[in-house]
Amino acid sequence: MSAPGLQESRALYRLGVITPARKRIFFGVLVLAGLALPRLVYPVFLMNVLCLALFASAFNLLLGYTGLLSFGHAAFLSSAAYVTGYVVKAWGLPPEVGLLAGTAVAALLGWLIGALAIRRSGIYFAMITLGFAQMIYFLAVQLPFTGGEDGLQGIPRRPLLGLIPLESEGAMYYFVYAVFLAGFFVIYRAVHSPFGHVLRSIRENEPRALSLGYDVDRYKLVAFVLSATLAGLAGALKALVMQFATLTDAHWHKSGEVVLMTLLGGMGTIMGPSVGALVVVTMDNYLSGFGDWVTVIVGAVFVAGVLGFRRGLVGEALHLARNFPF
Amino acid sequence: MQALFGQLLVGLINGSFYALLSLGLAIIFGLVNVVNFAHGALYMTGAFLAWFGLANLGIGYWPALLLSPLAVGLFGMVLERTMLRRLYQLDNLYGLLLTFGLTLIVEGLFHHAYGNSGNSYPVPEALQGGTDLGFMFLPRYRAWVVLVSVAVCFASWFVIERTRLGAYLRAGTENPRLLQAFGVNVPLMKTLTFGFGVALAGFAGVMAAPIYQVSPSMGSSLVIVVFAVVVIGGMGSIFGSIVTGLGLGLVEGLTKYLYPAASSTVVFAVMAVVLLFRPVGLFGRET
Amino acid sequence: MRKTASLLMALALLSLPSAGRAADKVSDGAVRIGVLTDMTGFYSDLAGPGSVLAVKMAVADFGGKVLGKPIEVVSADHQNKPDIASNIARKWFDEGGVDAVVDLVNSGTALAVMPLAAEKKRITLLSGPGTTAITGDKCTAYNVHYTYDNWALANGTGREVVASGGKTWFFITADYVFGKSLEADTSKVVEAAGGKVLGFVRHPQNTSDFSSYLLQAQASGAQVVGMANAGADTINTIKQAREFGVTPKQTLAGLLVFISDIHSLGLELAKNMYLTTAFYWDRDAASRAWAKRFQALPDNQKKAMPTMVQAGLYSAVTHYLQAIQAAGTDAADPVMAKMKATPVNDFFGQGTIGPDGLFRHAMYLVQVKSPAESKYPWDYYKILKTIPPAQAFPSVEAQACPLVKK
Repeated sequence: MSAPGLQESRALYRLGVITPARKRIFFGVLVLAGLALPRLVYPVFLMNVLCLALFASAFNLLLGYTGLLSFGHAAFLSSAAYVTGYVVKAWGLPPEVGLLAGTAVAALLGWLIGALAIRRSGIYFAMITLGFAQMIYFLAVQLPFTGGEDGLQGIPRRPLLGLIPLESEGAMYYFVYAVFLAGFFVIYRAVHSPFGHVLRSIRENEPRALSLGYDVDRYKLVAFVLSATLAGLAGALKALVMQFATLTDAHWHKSGEVVLMTLLGGMGTIMGPSVGALVVVTMDNYLSGFGDWVTVIVGAVFVAGVLGFRRGLVGEALHLARNFPF
Repeated sequence: MQALFGQLLVGLINGSFYALLSLGLAIIFGLVNVVNFAHGALYMTGAFLAWFGLANLGIGYWPALLLSPLAVGLFGMVLERTMLRRLYQLDNLYGLLLTFGLTLIVEGLFHHAYGNSGNSYPVPEALQGGTDLGFMFLPRYRAWVVLVSVAVCFASWFVIERTRLGAYLRAGTENPRLLQAFGVNVPLMKTLTFGFGVALAGFAGVMAAPIYQVSPSMGSSLVIVVFAVVVIGGMGSIFGSIVTGLGLGLVEGLTKYLYPAASSTVVFAVMAVVLLFRPVGLFGRET
Repeated sequence: MRKTASLLMALALLSLPSAGRAADKVSDGAVRIGVLTDMTGFYSDLAGPGSVLAVKMAVADFGGKVLGKPIEVVSADHQNKPDIASNIARKWFDEGGVDAVVDLVNSGTALAVMPLAAEKKRITLLSGPGTTAITGDKCTAYNVHYTYDNWALANGTGREVVASGGKTWFFITADYVFGKSLEADTSKVVEAAGGKVLGFVRHPQNTSDFSSYLLQAQASGAQVVGMANAGADTINTIKQAREFGVTPKQTLAGLLVFISDIHSLGLELAKNMYLTTAFYWDRDAASRAWAKRFQALPDNQKKAMPTMVQAGLYSAVTHYLQAIQAAGTDAADPVMAKMKATPVNDFFGQGTIGPDGLFRHAMYLVQVKSPAESKYPWDYYKILKTIPPAQAFPSVEAQACPLVKK
């Protein structure tokens, strides 16, 4: 799988358009903007974007940087959401414990599915992950604690660490924002570490990486588990924000949606999936007044994206920047 | 025991639908290298065209059996010419995403025009009624479905695997440049093949119209099951997709009898297991 | 640290509902009703655009104004996803000044929005969803469950079909919470009425082929095949029941069937089936007159007759607007009190809203006509029995709702 966005950002490095200093300023401004945003934009909307942005970024770690298309990431998102919801609601534990429990379950699941799935590649890899995700969906329908199609409703927002109340949207937002930044930082570090370079070399040319002595399967597995864990973190967070966990997040449509987000934003770029998540959530929220034209509009966006903007929004922007004299 | 027999026969009937649909997908994947996600939407279109013909133009079941796949095939060729063709040199993920988008558009448009509950299509008069086999009542139309599907499947298989035309087609995937050098118009061949593959989906749609409610979402849950069938059979293996389609119909029938709740999941479980032990699918060729 | 704490405090204050709200008679100068429904999915024909139409019609009939302030209607598609429903509702409450969210077809979306509305002190008027949890353990003080609930459907169809001779039952059930609860409720009723349940089979939702389940139903030899499923699943069950000769030997009983389903199936396939409904357009002069007006609305492009969900919604919204008028404010507490204190009496039905939020009114057991019996378009049902409110719905005392004082 090629990731055109990545080539663009590399080219920009070489051209000196992106420098470490400029990058620090860029991210610094973004982080500050994130702090101020809830004053301007509706916080629940923002939290939803942040959760899905983390989900898509985690997914991108696999698709954009390792070249593995998982078609079953909904499994991690939803299993973590259910576990977090159950732990907080039924056992009365605080949110940080719920978050950890959900994420841990997603990690474990990621390890199980990953260990089996990474033995295959390409479309087969996608189909194995889809197969396992369908089984998770089946469990979500069947197991009594998930509430079936009604979902696990009414997950309370208990105080964080027993101290900070999370009932207000404002406080919840800063908590979500902090977790998102932590997750995003992990991904950023992973991508820019020697580990990330090995992943990319696997994506570009797996036999070469193998002949260089890298234990390719091990790297793939670690990438898979990391991606699943962070996807789980996103799901756990979403359950706390929305105060419910439902089948929607387990359905294979969700696995397709994350592909859309990543592709739309630009796979293989660090910011792309987040931008894609923003666009998709905005469409979900603001197009809902169009009634049954929404599906047609989303379909048209898909088609236009594939035919016209394969680099994705961020990738296209980088491409423009590259051809722009600074 | 008698009940089991009935369930297996019913499974075989469903399997023949899977075979018909997965055959189209396998042909498109094997010969054009496109993962056609829009297969379910085109199946639905086929059924809708049959219904529309009957309700508005007085075109009955028999002409529809020919006209509807023809129209779907033409539509498919237009899609191939205008859009899919641009993606051939890229990873086939893009083809999948494009056809996914097309699915949303097609289903959305039909939904806008006809609503969600859909319409009923009557069983053609000559095929109404049925026979009591002792262990079950077999509607005549279902028997017809099995016979026709199996016949169409094996005819397609024969053309592709055993005739000169089929040899060209296969050569076109193996080495398009060489074939082009021999004076064969490869792009046209691909267009026609794609058209044929989706026409099979349209055909399956007409076959399904009298059995299932003709509604915009009738193909959307079917498509990933059919994908799984193709993968189990071995991507691109024509014969594999036919046999696997029928076989999985049986497996599903058995599951509906033993543990019905899992019947929509069993195909995926089988797929995961098969891929772990035989990565190229049951009938795929090792590369 | 202190800075963060004060920041958090400030944010917490900001998110409190603005003080002085109660002082206004009508908040933000208008009464806003948000129709949150399924515009594209499985329930879009029985609720969907028709629900929006019904609400707009109710508002227009009310004169477009209440307490001298305009009534505005907004609508959105929740896509049957609880998270989307909850997002839209939150946005409506926090930014859109919406006073009541109505319809919420699909129980999952209803259960997601109800606690949110209660927390923000806004009203939910539910017409589409069926789960008994709405007025059971998940009940809220700001909710009215108006048209039907699963208990009423199970009870109506179960008891009356047994009484008319259908003693032995077999269930084809959607393997989902609503299917299983419908099946369980109906089984109880059937057995209490002296009938017998011979067996059941549970299928995944969105199954297209029902032949194997129908074979099992056939083999059971039951007189009645109860369909505890909905939408496309029910339609395909009915269609294939005919094909496999299950009907007319055995009788079908639909536990969640709407007139839109019958319309799309056609009478030839659906004939003789039993079902329970809260509304049938051709029941009496008042319902006929209202339904014909609904059908003739210029925006009703398919010229469809209203389903019970849509008719119930019109009635519920009218009752809500009358309560605002009577209470002299659109604040949720006095309006809820008025709605519960005032009996409803209109073309839809007569009855009262209990402390649990359930509107108890008459339900009707009907049988679908054969094509020969149907004299004009949409002439689909024979009303076999009117089930009085006290028998149609669970009694207040029997509800698990914490708001009910025991």
